[in-house]
Amino acid sequence: MTVGFMPLRHANGVPHFARGASGPAWIALGVAALVLLVVFPVCNLVVPPGSALHISDYWVTLGGKIMCYAIVALAMDLIWGYTGILSLGHGLFFALGGYAMGMYLMRSIGAEGVYHSELPDFMVFLDWKAYPWYWRFTDRFWYAALLVVLVPGLLAFVFGYFAFRSRIKGVYFSIITQALTYAAMLLFFRNDTGFGGNNGFTDFKRILGFSITAPATRMALFVITAAALLGFLLLGRAIVRSKLGRVLTAIRDAESRVMFSGYDPLWFKLFVWTLSAVICGIAGALYVPQVGIINPGEMSPANSIEIAIWAAVGGRGTLIGPVIGAAVVNLGKSWFTQTLPEYWLFALGLLFILVTLFLPRGIAGLWKGKAS
Amino acid sequence: MTGLLTSAMADRGSSLGGRVATGGVDISHRGILYLESISVSFDGFKALNDLSLTIDAGELRCVIGPNGAGKTTMMDVVTGKTRPDAGTAFFGQTIDLTRLTEPEIADRGIGRKFQKPTVFANHTVFENLELARKADKRVWPTLRAKLDSTAHGRIMAILETIKLVPEAGRLAGLLSHGQKQWLEIGMLLMQEPQLLLLDEPVAGMTDDETMRSAELFRTLAGDYTLVVVEHDMDFVARIADRVTVLHEGHVLAEGSMQQVQENEQVIEVFLGR
Repeated sequence: MTVGFMPLRHANGVPHFARGASGPAWIALGVAALVLLVVFPVCNLVVPPGSALHISDYWVTLGGKIMCYAIVALAMDLIWGYTGILSLGHGLFFALGGYAMGMYLMRSIGAEGVYHSELPDFMVFLDWKAYPWYWRFTDRFWYAALLVVLVPGLLAFVFGYFAFRSRIKGVYFSIITQALTYAAMLLFFRNDTGFGGNNGFTDFKRILGFSITAPATRMALFVITAAALLGFLLLGRAIVRSKLGRVLTAIRDAESRVMFSGYDPLWFKLFVWTLSAVICGIAGALYVPQVGIINPGEMSPANSIEIAIWAAVGGRGTLIGPVIGAAVVNLGKSWFTQTLPEYWLFALGLLFILVTLFLPRGIAGLWKGKAS
Repeated sequence: MTGLLTSAMADRGSSLGGRVATGGVDISHRGILYLESISVSFDGFKALNDLSLTIDAGELRCVIGPNGAGKTTMMDVVTGKTRPDAGTAFFGQTIDLTRLTEPEIADRGIGRKFQKPTVFANHTVFENLELARKADKRVWPTLRAKLDSTAHGRIMAILETIKLVPEAGRLAGLLSHGQKQWLEIGMLLMQEPQLLLLDEPVAGMTDDETMRSAELFRTLAGDYTLVVVEHDMDFVARIADRVTVLHEGHVLAEGSMQQVQENEQVIEVFLGR
């Protein structure tokens, strides 16, 4: 009796036509969690340095850095791959999150700076006597954490509201975001802005009272970053599999039809755009204590373009693609910059051309192509 | 299966029965769409010139006219895509269309089908209908939305109506041209509209598909109000209750197909005599 009707539904009411393999993806996620949250810490902290199984601090730092980039690429993919809006200014949100965390880390140095002042060295150098108003409360971790979320979030919300309301799309939107991050970079380069000018923040000593260079602290940061990456993957999955996720893809494919179906694309774009910016900010906040520096270079237009390349190389419109893309490109980058530093940009350009020509759906497209 | 489907169909039937009489749009004076003295110009070109047009609830009106007569601009005005320079556009007695945005107008019950079929190519046929379904379409409710059995039944009923049940799980981008047109009409029906605007719905269809579309539109008329812009005169003759002829942005003639065909002015414009 129920033949034509029941097969169209899952037990939980999700239409049967919701695509995407589930089983293997869960296994892969479980393996990734095991490796990042158990194997890495054990092999770095417990296994002695002489052993073949030892993972050196170099790999922990590199791994942590790449996971931060992977989170950014994932955020980029939500807005670009799924919603079709190419941002070339995502480096700005990443940097703002980094700066918010950096302010807290600068305050944590205390009087251990070169000038033994309560103020950061760059402020002493500028002959400032007190912190400017926007540095208030930044000595408290919870407040800095709040800034990490609020600053990129609010900026994205306000900018996005006006851009999307004016129906700025496509290449115009990309160029404006590029200009935005460039303008911010120039602002942060100025010493008077109060963020350390072109040197930015560095020489951090401790975070939440723990020495920032201690192996255990570094590993803790690594594990937190891994947990954040896995968490954002799950969040991304929940979003793209929801009806809202289908509306986002519909906006990408036929925005006028979305409008005439009664959805206001403005709020949907604004939701995913702001969320994407907040995720980038969190990635930046995780990045700074691990790398030990934040400066306006993070806001340079080239950085934001590189983020788009990670997503494109890995595969737009998939969740795992951007993560793979960020890892592949950055592992390549760290190899090249050590062995053939002057050829890195050529290699990156070549990679981008090859992927565009032969793998339009990115590295993740290799699996999908086989599956379908 | 039959039980569930019939109940879904009956459900649809009853909601249809109530539609023409109620549903937020005041059609107490028979008319569902009133355009009065509408003018629109683009860079000096008068796309619509003092256009007045009234559509009754439940009728199937065909709008014909040469290229550039203002047919598509008229639909743009009704759906909020274009704001008129002068004139009024009312949906029923009370809803002023010139003050609403496109999504608001869609939400009030005006569905529009574009000339070129626009469906969500990377979603399945089923998902296309699911997205179009009348629901709370704000961000948060959409994020939390779950497909319940009523919704499922309604989607299945519409799939039956547009004859795409076997294609339910296919990506809409893979459908034939005619099937895309029907899917788009199905998406409009999912919004439970009062008024459907169809821009050249049978363009590019095979003869067989055109015949089936004519059947579909005749079934829908009465339950819904349909305004069809079409070039295919045989098709218009087969489906129309009444025909409106547009020329240079205003109404040249109005009446049954036969009346219109015998109208001197119409003959002059169309045959250039």
